[in-house]
Amino acid sequence: MKFGVVVFPGSNCDIDCYHALRDVMGQPTEYIWHKDRDLSGFDCIVLPGGFSYGDYLRCGAIARFSPVMDKVIEFADRGKPVIGICNGFQILTEAGLLPGTLLRNQNMKFICETISVKVENANTPFTNLCEEGQVLNIPIAHGDGNYFVDDSTLEEMQVNGQIVFRYCGPDGQVIEGRNPNGSLKNIAGVCNKKRNVLGMMPHPERCMERILNNEDGVIIFKSIINYLEGGGIDG
Amino acid sequence: MDKDLYRKVGLTCDEYEKIKGILGREPNELEINLYGVMWSEHCSYKNSKPVLRMFPTSGERVLQGPGENAGIVDIGDNMAVVMKIESHNHPSAVEPYQGAATGVGGIIRDIFTMGARPIASLNSLRFGELDNSRTKYLFEHVVAGIAGYGNCIGIPTVGGEVYFNDCYKGNPLVNAMCVGIIEHKDIKRGTAAGAGNAVMIVGASTGRDGMGGASFASTELTQESQENRSAVQVGDPFMEKLLLEACLELFQTGCVVGVQDLGAAGLTSACSETASRGNSGMDIDVSLVPRREAGMIPVEVMISESQERMLVIVEKGREDEVTAIFEKWGLHSSVIGRVTDDGMLTIRDKGVIVGQVPAKSLADQAPVYHREYREPGYIEERKTLDLNSIPIPENMNEILMQLLGSPNIASKEWVYRQYDHMVRTCTAVTPGSDAAVIRIRGTRKAIALTTDCNSRYCYLNPGVGGAIAIAEAARNLVCSGARPLAVTDGLNFGNPEKPEIFWQFRQSVSGMSDACRALGTPVISGNVSFYNETETDAVFPTPIVGMVGLVEDVDHITTQAFRDEGDVVLMLGVNKGEIGGSEYLKVIHGMERGAVPELDLQTEKKVQECCLEGIRKGYVKSAHDCSEGGLAVALAECCISGNIGAVVSCGDGLRKDALLFGESQSRIIITTSPDDLARVEELARKTGVDCLNMGHVGGSTLEVAINGHKEIDLPVKDMEIQWREALKCIME
Repeated sequence: MKFGVVVFPGSNCDIDCYHALRDVMGQPTEYIWHKDRDLSGFDCIVLPGGFSYGDYLRCGAIARFSPVMDKVIEFADRGKPVIGICNGFQILTEAGLLPGTLLRNQNMKFICETISVKVENANTPFTNLCEEGQVLNIPIAHGDGNYFVDDSTLEEMQVNGQIVFRYCGPDGQVIEGRNPNGSLKNIAGVCNKKRNVLGMMPHPERCMERILNNEDGVIIFKSIINYLEGGGIDG
Repeated sequence: MDKDLYRKVGLTCDEYEKIKGILGREPNELEINLYGVMWSEHCSYKNSKPVLRMFPTSGERVLQGPGENAGIVDIGDNMAVVMKIESHNHPSAVEPYQGAATGVGGIIRDIFTMGARPIASLNSLRFGELDNSRTKYLFEHVVAGIAGYGNCIGIPTVGGEVYFNDCYKGNPLVNAMCVGIIEHKDIKRGTAAGAGNAVMIVGASTGRDGMGGASFASTELTQESQENRSAVQVGDPFMEKLLLEACLELFQTGCVVGVQDLGAAGLTSACSETASRGNSGMDIDVSLVPRREAGMIPVEVMISESQERMLVIVEKGREDEVTAIFEKWGLHSSVIGRVTDDGMLTIRDKGVIVGQVPAKSLADQAPVYHREYREPGYIEERKTLDLNSIPIPENMNEILMQLLGSPNIASKEWVYRQYDHMVRTCTAVTPGSDAAVIRIRGTRKAIALTTDCNSRYCYLNPGVGGAIAIAEAARNLVCSGARPLAVTDGLNFGNPEKPEIFWQFRQSVSGMSDACRALGTPVISGNVSFYNETETDAVFPTPIVGMVGLVEDVDHITTQAFRDEGDVVLMLGVNKGEIGGSEYLKVIHGMERGAVPELDLQTEKKVQECCLEGIRKGYVKSAHDCSEGGLAVALAECCISGNIGAVVSCGDGLRKDALLFGESQSRIIITTSPDDLARVEELARKTGVDCLNMGHVGGSTLEVAINGHKEIDLPVKDMEIQWREALKCIME
């Protein structure tokens, strides 16, 4: 089983994802330079956080044109798991692999803090070891995490179980007061219809070790490994 | 040539004569500009050098002291920490976002120029009181600028401090610090040696931004300063991220002889300083420098402070290796000249020599001034404080709540929530405790980092204030479980040509030096920023201390948070009830005066030794130093951080306000489990430290009794809301 972490110019959580997968989870992991076009041999692709191309335009708008992205789309089309975290999420929406878009945070400021998110769908390659409704405490760190999608798509996503995470209170209350960035319906993470592509604003790779006082992110990566090992999901 | 040109570039008549002596002729216009920027205070330290010699700068762990792009201190196992602090005050006063952002960018470049991977940033900020829209604007945009740059480049901003005082209204202080990690064998230096080696400029192209910024930083701020925006650079953190990765990749090839970032005075300082350090010369052609603007004349290319550029000295014949790596990262790399052995900085334009001066004369031969100094009149006047004239407040709960809500004490969450303080996943202690702690991957070690300075103390007594800044920084590190190692200092003062200001400067440095010697923390790098004045007044003397400490084992990492019900609350040190210069006196009684707290360096050292030993032995479960707001605020912070209450008592002959809110030095509040109490008390006895058993952790309120009478009785939740929301309420 091999993980690939894509490095765009301006990626800066690439090292964190690499460390989380290789050193904490003990998985073979390689960096993939954004100009590479060969994804053979990889079982899961991670698009890490950061500021690809500086994000001076719309976040992720340039990175989606990186040579590697055509191959990532093919990879996803084959049903293999792709996870985009933060800037990676933004790139996935720009690339059309996920619905919706990420706007500036409502308060127009960058926000970095640990926040509670509720697992809305535990039946995905990324959450299969979670309980439905489980609350995870995971850091966010973004200026553009305000998820938006049109009404009809939202409707469809809800029917399909594509809302994977929502921001919530410590006891799982999904309420406006616990919405850090103005996201529609407190949405923190979504997947595609086939559920093999996940985008999430929170950073699970930042909470994997006791020394960081938080290990809630481990379950996400464990779920992926479980899925790849055949620990299937329903449907 | 315009006879007054030397004045326009900031030189005096005597300096101009000295230049003529060096050259044996009149300098041309280009040359006079080179001297103008290089002999500015910002680049030459001509006013501060003799005083800075007071600092201890060596020690068994010091691998690189002052004089390079950054200092380096050994942390064992062939690893070292690289650190430096730098001011960006004047740019931030006229253009807060870019001023602060480029301050961060500049200091990060200083760190990776040494070959190190930058792993953490800190900052130290000073603004006027938040009672007017201009100050709020400056504060908001400085924070946004720091966030914008640091977040994008992906280096966590893990700590710092923010203080508000009217003296900074027209001249805010923005000091940025960066820390990197390096293996000994990878250390690079800013040296140009080996005639024939290539001089390359890499990174961004050169424009007209930041023209003469070094000279701009070396004058007082006036109305016209607001017009001087072209002296402020514009930052591009994405470009710097690429530059950082490309440089670190390049260093691995072994083809780099020396490297220096282009900061103040741009190409002029990078060329002359590297040549000077290498006892060599340099022959460059400005027409080979990639430009982003048409029509730039040689002098503009030479003094431009365009950001995200580096000068790299490369072994002859290996230039293509550089080009290949920089092309991969999409960056320029151009050979602009060669190292020579004639000691001259020769500047050409399309092959024609347009300027030629000895490299050393620019970098090392600026005049040195022994400025006059005189104790300012206010010092004696402000010393007096008639305690009898200060009423003792009735309700201490109200006073504590008021202090917790004052911007200098309140939580700085509104600020650090905007900084990515977790990227790189090494931040073991995030902002809000005594110091930030960063683990060193692949080892059991961690480093603790802090910035500190109480400038009100420095104003009232620069000598003691300077010493306290060092002592408190060290105490913060100790409370986090670290042994303090070394200092980088950001010395911010007014106009040194005024004897009263120079006296403040000398006194501060002298006090800091004494404390550095006593606590074994040499100064390994730093920055002097003078002329922090507006038409009305100078800022308080503000010698900011950036300090790094080593946590030998991550198990020693300690925070201020009270932990478990029943833990015993102890205070190491002595309550002396000193309220001179305190936050209490300022906030509650509107006075900034009185004798500052005394500091006995031997006592300080013992208290720190005792606390650190207790932590290492595993007896100490939390540790927090008493600083602004005194004992009561420190206890409140321990409770809030731990989300648990405490019941404590103390008492003696002191006034109760002085006992609760006085700011006596060398005090640390620690907790220990009842099982370890006897061991901690024995340790304190052995080290000769007073150890007062104050009570225990528990419940959901903080109760403090004085002489048996309950003076403070507040729910932790209420204190937390007051403390956490205050700054946010003011700003939103």
